[in-house]
Amino acid sequence: MTLSIPMIMLLVVAGVVAIGFYGLIISRNLIKVVIAMQILVKGSLLALVLAGRTTGKVNLGQSMALTVIIADTIVAVIALALAVQIRRYFGTLDLKSLTTLRR
Amino acid sequence: MLYILIAVGLGIWICAIQAIRVHRLLTSAIWLAGASALVALMIYLLDAPEVAVIELSVGAGLVTVLFVFAINIAGEEELAIIPVLPKPLVIILIVVNAVLLIVLNLPAFGVELPPVLGGQFTKTMWQERGLDILLQIVLIYSGVLGVLGLLSEKKIHPGEEEQA
Repeated sequence: MTLSIPMIMLLVVAGVVAIGFYGLIISRNLIKVVIAMQILVKGSLLALVLAGRTTGKVNLGQSMALTVIIADTIVAVIALALAVQIRRYFGTLDLKSLTTLRR
Repeated sequence: MLYILIAVGLGIWICAIQAIRVHRLLTSAIWLAGASALVALMIYLLDAPEVAVIELSVGAGLVTVLFVFAINIAGEEELAIIPVLPKPLVIILIVVNAVLLIVLNLPAFGVELPPVLGGQFTKTMWQERGLDILLQIVLIYSGVLGVLGLLSEKKIHPGEEEQA
């Protein structure tokens, strides 16, 4: 099997998505969860651009990727704002101690 | 070209693993910025310079600044990594996920990339994806509200202030 660009890209995408999932499952810090989510979205971003490139619909793939970048940034902003407010009110970022939702 | 892609891909993996592995949140945010920059480079190598520039400025620039700002406000909190699920199960799930992703995309492995016709990106964006633009405007408005939430302080009522 000879190496091709889609093959390398798909392996990179699979790896990045797997690392993101792993971080999402094992992290207990709220900010670390946001970081893991960002990594997960980077994988899907690469996959979108690659899908557009391989199917010949380059512009469609790129415009979808652009929308994903904006949505991803806004999700990060709102999640970080929530994390900061949670830290202020509850004094911790530990997901396990936040699960009771009591002060 | 292939070797450059392999090197950049390995760089993304290393940055992503380090971002998850390190304990300090600030270091983690810096590794995430590195991963974003390399993702932008990879997108550029795939002949999508417009998206690469936006990813570099927003993903590696703005988001990193926001992370550093939020970590400074919230403070570092060292937490032992005790996963919700047992670690072997987590690793099995991740491997199954990655293998499924690769197996389902096997037909794309041997495909050669068609030449880029290009030059029509802005036209597609503004004329055919109008709903996306609308969605992005709404999202940016929500982002502004999010930044206000990030900056807002707890209100102190006059009575509480006197008691304190």
